[in-house]
Amino acid sequence: MTLQAETRTAIERARDRYPRARSAILPALWAVQHEQGQITPGAMTEVAGILQVAPSEVEAVSTFYSMYFQRPHGRHEVIVCINVSCALRGAEDIVDHLERSLGCASGETTADGAFTWSSTVECLGGCGGAPTMQVDHHFQENLTPDRVDAILGAVRSAGSGGEAGPVAAGTPRRRAAGAPALPPETPPAAHEEPAPSATSGPGVKKRPRRPGKGAQ
Amino acid sequence: MAELKLLTKDFGARDLQTLKGYERVGGYQGLRDAFAKFTPETLVAEVKTSGIRGRGGAGFPTGMKWSFLPKDVFPRYLCCNADESEPGCFKDRYLIDESPHQLIEGLLIASYALQVNTSFIYIRGEYHDQRLLLERAVEEARAAGYIGRNILGSGFDCDVIVHGGAGAYICGEETALIESLEGLRGQPRLKPPFPAVKGLYGQPTVVNNVETLCNLPHIVQRGGEWFKSVGTEKSTGTRVFCCSGHINRPGNYEMQLGTPIRELLEEECGGIWRGRSLKAFQPGGGSMQVLLPQHLDLPLDMNAVQEAGSSLGAGAMIFMDETTCLVDVSMRLVDFYRHESCGKCVPCREGTYFESELMHRLESGHATPAELASLADICSNMDGRCFCPLGDTATWFVMSAYKNFRDEFEAHCGAGRCPVRAQATALVA
Repeated sequence: MTLQAETRTAIERARDRYPRARSAILPALWAVQHEQGQITPGAMTEVAGILQVAPSEVEAVSTFYSMYFQRPHGRHEVIVCINVSCALRGAEDIVDHLERSLGCASGETTADGAFTWSSTVECLGGCGGAPTMQVDHHFQENLTPDRVDAILGAVRSAGSGGEAGPVAAGTPRRRAAGAPALPPETPPAAHEEPAPSATSGPGVKKRPRRPGKGAQ
Repeated sequence: MAELKLLTKDFGARDLQTLKGYERVGGYQGLRDAFAKFTPETLVAEVKTSGIRGRGGAGFPTGMKWSFLPKDVFPRYLCCNADESEPGCFKDRYLIDESPHQLIEGLLIASYALQVNTSFIYIRGEYHDQRLLLERAVEEARAAGYIGRNILGSGFDCDVIVHGGAGAYICGEETALIESLEGLRGQPRLKPPFPAVKGLYGQPTVVNNVETLCNLPHIVQRGGEWFKSVGTEKSTGTRVFCCSGHINRPGNYEMQLGTPIRELLEEECGGIWRGRSLKAFQPGGGSMQVLLPQHLDLPLDMNAVQEAGSSLGAGAMIFMDETTCLVDVSMRLVDFYRHESCGKCVPCREGTYFESELMHRLESGHATPAELASLADICSNMDGRCFCPLGDTATWFVMSAYKNFRDEFEAHCGAGRCPVRAQATALVA
């Protein structure tokens, strides 16, 4: 038994919620990653047992979706978008700044284990506030290098990634432009996986960032 | 055009995200009207009358899609597609953030029309806070009797399950979404059979976009004929356009269809930033062909933009000023499709790889003219030959940019670096 009782219960509830048990594989993997910070073969086998599917079927899902990962990450996850809308408004400067200030390349973890960060070409949906990143699933938009430092500094000193990062003083919240008023974290409904904590986060894009820009 | 706000008219109202706040502005009256004034059959007919087309990108007439469900086959399923992942697109996130109950009400109205007793909201994994917001709203709606058994005494039962994805653009394609909802790798299925005939768990299934469903309370309350009178003949109603890129006011703007694109850019978005001029824009998100400044006079109308060689698609407008390198933009989009290719079919899996490798060599100034010429060859082996539209759309922007900015692409060959950015840096500095 590798999973805690609470995680097993969450998976069983998810299983019972759907018309077919297999549909619960994705929520089950989220529950596993929330508890253990990664998806291990042992955990996948246990999920398979609860859902009555083959372990290979669970593994097939875990390796397809980019937000599940198979190795431990830092305490906090930072993902910076470099798709078109963000690139047009300076995303590459943010990426360069992160590389310098965190002291590691995209896809890597800081020496103190605080942050795993990566740039991604997968549009996050923050184009109205480009350049955009997510810190532990929460949107942080209208980034400048100073704002990035303030956000990450606050996350580091708070020791928790469970809330939305602070908005830098003077940065307007443009609700009409799509900046959300974030709700407080609520306990999930009976069938859903527990909310992720600071120990888990979205999967890291395994592909290294291409060096094209750096050659300019 | 007179300003008409339909979906966004109450945004910013006190506590709109809560059930009480939503009911205070008349929320769930549409659902009550649906039960009181329509049977499932007449409700489908009303939606057909409205002429509303899907707001997710393909623009297929919603009422027609609904009518494909076979008459006596049960159970059926309805999935709201909240997997919004198109580059430049952030309207569904906005609609959920501002008014999650509007989506739930629309979902319930559609469920009643289609006689679906279990409906799903498939929301992308990255929209974590939005998923929590929806889950909370679903529980509020359930506690108030809008979800569950014998809703509002109508005799109609409906359950709603919010299902989070885990990072896969391809799961926005309806059959891949269904695969993912079944607990599989999100790879598309062969069509036919179409989901309306054989979808989730092999049952008749309808997949509708967030914005499409958000329109339903308004269509029910104001009528299909009224809705048809808004917008243009072939593109009825309003749409929420996500505007991003080199503009003064990026954001989401609800516009009556038929309004000139120029009005959206100049009046809502504040025009191109920093005193610069427009070089090119994409009217429908990352998948769509590039348009030029002369196309600003086109109306926001699916057919008009299609005739000009592009598409309004998912309603995501990306504006690019004169400092933009179209090779760089093309490279990023091609990288995106390579990253998101599910791997099922050869032309997409291999083609996006070749495209991406080539575009990186081109942007860095290391490609030869012969390599650039091979771009057209690679793309012609993909477009129209892939298992699903992802592989096809992976060629559309880059080929249209190459066609419209041929000199710029050719200037990159053997240049040693990006010539456009070198020049722009000199200008901007």
